Amino acid sequence: MSDRVTVAKTYKLYIGGKFPRSESGRSYPVTDSKGAFLANAAQGSRKDARDAVAAARKAFPGWSGATAYNRGQVLYRVAEVLEGRREQFATEVAASEGVALKKAQSLVDTAIDRWVWYAGWTDKIAAVLGSSNPVAGPYFSFSTPEPTGVVAVLAPQQSSLLGLVSVIAPVIASGNTAVVITSQDRPLPAITLSEVLATSDVPGGVVNIITGRTAEIAPWLASHADVNALDLTGAPESIRADLQRSAAGTVKRVLRNKASEDFSVTPDLSRIRAYLETKTVWHPMGV
Amino acid sequence: MAAPTTLPSALADAVRDESSLRRFLHGLPGVDQVGVEQRAAGLGTRSIKKAAKLHAIDLAISMVDLTTLEGADTPGKVRGLAAKARRPDPERPDVPKVAAVCVYPDMVKTAADELVGTGINVASVATAFPSGRSTLDIKLADTRFAVEQGASEVDMVIDRGAFLSGRYGQVFEEIAQVKQACGDAHLKVILETGELVTYDNVRRASWLALLAGGDFIKTSTGKVQPAATLPVTHVMLQAVRDWKSQTGELRGVKPAGGIRTTKDAIKFLVAVNEVAGPEWLDPHLFRFGASTLLNDLLMQRRTQLDGHYSGPDYVTVD
Amino acid sequence: MWEYAPAPESRDIANLRPNYRMFVDGQFVEGSGEPLKTVNPATEEVLAEVSTASQSDVDTAVKAARRAYDRVWSKMPGSERAKYIYRIARQIQERGRELAVLETLDNGKPIKESRDVDVPTAASHFFYHAGWADKLDHAGYGPDPKPLGVAGQVIPWNFPLLMAAWKIAPALACGNTVVLKPAETTPLTALVLADIIAQCDLPPGVVNIIPGAGDVGAALVGHEDVNKVAFTGSTDVGKIIQGQLAGTDKKLTLELGGKAANIVFDDAPLDQAVEGIVNGIFFNQGHVCCAGSRLLVQESIADELLEKLHARVSTLRVGDPLDKNTDVGAINSREQLAKIKELTESGEAEGAQRWTSSCPLPDKGFFFAPTVFSNVSQAMRIAREEIFGPVLSVLTFRTPEEAVAKANNTPYGLSAGIWTEKGSRILWMAQRMRAGVVWSNTFNRFDPTAPFGGYQESGFGREGGRTGLEAYLDV
Repeated sequence: MSDRVTVAKTYKLYIGGKFPRSESGRSYPVTDSKGAFLANAAQGSRKDARDAVAAARKAFPGWSGATAYNRGQVLYRVAEVLEGRREQFATEVAASEGVALKKAQSLVDTAIDRWVWYAGWTDKIAAVLGSSNPVAGPYFSFSTPEPTGVVAVLAPQQSSLLGLVSVIAPVIASGNTAVVITSQDRPLPAITLSEVLATSDVPGGVVNIITGRTAEIAPWLASHADVNALDLTGAPESIRADLQRSAAGTVKRVLRNKASEDFSVTPDLSRIRAYLETKTVWHPMGV
Repeated sequence: MAAPTTLPSALADAVRDESSLRRFLHGLPGVDQVGVEQRAAGLGTRSIKKAAKLHAIDLAISMVDLTTLEGADTPGKVRGLAAKARRPDPERPDVPKVAAVCVYPDMVKTAADELVGTGINVASVATAFPSGRSTLDIKLADTRFAVEQGASEVDMVIDRGAFLSGRYGQVFEEIAQVKQACGDAHLKVILETGELVTYDNVRRASWLALLAGGDFIKTSTGKVQPAATLPVTHVMLQAVRDWKSQTGELRGVKPAGGIRTTKDAIKFLVAVNEVAGPEWLDPHLFRFGASTLLNDLLMQRRTQLDGHYSGPDYVTVD
Repeated sequence: MWEYAPAPESRDIANLRPNYRMFVDGQFVEGSGEPLKTVNPATEEVLAEVSTASQSDVDTAVKAARRAYDRVWSKMPGSERAKYIYRIARQIQERGRELAVLETLDNGKPIKESRDVDVPTAASHFFYHAGWADKLDHAGYGPDPKPLGVAGQVIPWNFPLLMAAWKIAPALACGNTVVLKPAETTPLTALVLADIIAQCDLPPGVVNIIPGAGDVGAALVGHEDVNKVAFTGSTDVGKIIQGQLAGTDKKLTLELGGKAANIVFDDAPLDQAVEGIVNGIFFNQGHVCCAGSRLLVQESIADELLEKLHARVSTLRVGDPLDKNTDVGAINSREQLAKIKELTESGEAEGAQRWTSSCPLPDKGFFFAPTVFSNVSQAMRIAREEIFGPVLSVLTFRTPEEAVAKANNTPYGLSAGIWTEKGSRILWMAQRMRAGVVWSNTFNRFDPTAPFGGYQESGFGREGGRTGLEAYLDV
């Protein structure tokens, strides 16, 4: 008796809570670390990026306006659902990154724990980063951190899941929405993560995931006037400066972290701070 | 309720009944304490020098309601005050007369006799001044008595208790009746802003007094602290300015209590000039209720003209 | 009529000298750039000749700052740095009148503003930040946060001394050394600040001040040994600098332009709202990045408010900036005046209704009478472009949602004003404003403890408060 033929998965984009193919109709083959064919991934285009930005902008008021408690529960839910698919992710990470299954399991575990870590931050950011300002006058003045808006994230090229989670979670924890270009050659865990996001109460459009050629799509995001911030972590060295020049056109906030970032250690707040605006509010005190 | 003057329809509606009056007063724009105090302090930094200062000093002298309101007042004291009012600085006949002498009702006759033919008004406090805690009959009798004795101006107090407990109609009615009892005498309505406490209350009380027919709104009796502050006067100047823009009528403002120096008086005049407008720079529309202020004005006037500082022994104490 | 007699502050207090030199490595030295002549915008007279930096002077200044950083300042305990910075604060207070008069001469702003706002706030910025120097462990950036190194700072002409204080104080407190370029048209108070810094015995090279035009600024921010760039000025130049720094490791903060909405609801404290509107747009001749240049007024009270506003603006006294009674001084330069005129003409051409105060203007100098445009729509240039002058554009709205939509409908996001007596509406509105500073029932308040800075094209990074330290720390 022969083994059952498995149902092969079609890997698509994740935009606005839906799983479309690239509007360009393109796809590209994804291989494991040894060069064996794994799947075809959608090769996202600038128009897919445009759609993703529109979806992220549309989702921004709701997500940034949600209570921090609610966002915390949603992020924690992502960890819960991810935990349930631990083995699937371990297999995909092992294939993508060419690491042993045990190592891959450890990477997945850390990724799950990272969601939990950021889930706990959502309702503490304002207390830790905000302030009551003792101004010299009869005013009550307070400063509160607020999300900057739509963040374009160039995910790390090497760390296909842990790195990806480590760059997405701090963006959305504080209420931003994200357009993510995945690792170009290791996109499959990202697409599977989008399935997790879609089934764990993350509103459509809060995270949008595009697979494809980073160098092809990133310039469109760097210059897009409706993108507020840009994470260069996964940017190819050859275009980093160009992307920054483009970003200057609309005074984007640019996070210039390098691909060499060590995602295995517990992060500090710098990635959260990178996508926050401080808003200072004044009001007189009188009768 | 009946409005004593012919009002534009919006304001006539406001005094139709108690609840319209309340709605109107509570519908007035709020006053932000910090904002109005900041504006008053800012205008207070105006630097008035030379000819402008001399003009301001003479103007301020002509706006003084020279006041004595003591339990110990006697005819002798009042006669002295009247003499001072006629010739504030005996050695300088060009010094203008003050606007009025302000006394208790039983001193009105003494004052009036002393001031016959001078053009200086006799103002009398009335209506159970300063607390106003008596019956309407007594307040009206008090007013009529003052007018019969020769007062051409009456400074009444509002019933702050009634105001603070929200009985605006009662306060309105009282002012309107006192106004009637005044006959031809001008009515100044003392709000006693130190007891109203908030600027919102000062604005409402100002409008209430204007609606009821007060010719002037006056800050204080001088018996309660704080009395005439700059920001309170700003709020009242805004009220008469807005009254004019709605009715075309000019009503006056009188800060009283605590204005002792020329420097302070000039700050008030700057406020009159820039908040209400230059047409209020007139003794018919702005008064200072004061006693010691006059001598400081006189000393500063000498300083301006003589080119050296003057001293208290060179102005008369009455 | 009661005319106020002139009450001019004596210009002798400014100790104006015919020549000013740049300050590098603790010395006042002649720069090798083309000297510039700085002009009193109220009289068009030349005030002084000021030496400027050349490219090589920029290099010398950066090297001096690097030496001072490596050898002295980065090694000095914070508690010692603090005492130097406190000294600066005190000396600014001591020489307050001199600085105020000099600022007014060089900039054209009314003496009452330089005296009551610019100079005291500059002193308070040094005083506030001095206290941080030995407390950075507690600032929330982890233990022992490190400075960045040499800070290259470029500041504008609208608040010459105050902006120098905003830049220098936090940089020094965090342990950085500084090369600062003041604006071409207003270099004088920064050079008196240099004199104060010298008198405070700061180690040579910790603060260097190099006057010059935009090319000097470009050379400074582009210098390879500068670790941190801070710029306050126009959005156009900010974009150029951000682009120029692409691909480098320099940390950048930008404080750029704005087109703030000042929103007045029908239940506002109207008289104070009028004051806030006037302060919002006519403070410092409107040369304020966070100026409330778009008045959004609820349609139901628009006529009443406009009437009050016109009356109030008519009382503004425009003229000699040294006169203590002047409310609106001189436009800083001929170029700026031309820009204001061009934009106001576009407003008329596009159909907005112009009202200009009939106040008399001086015969000489650069002056512009306070102007209010009504019937303005979002599409007009005067509603979208930063005029940076005493010109207000009035638009109307019907509902809070519409007010939010119109207020946020701009690439800028520096400040906003909200006027209403309803507390919950204030908080609802404040939350929705895409702006770094929201003044409710007040406007144009500044304090060193309160972070200031913009959203979107108004820049990034904050100045002031604990948040402001991040710009000068390697975190």
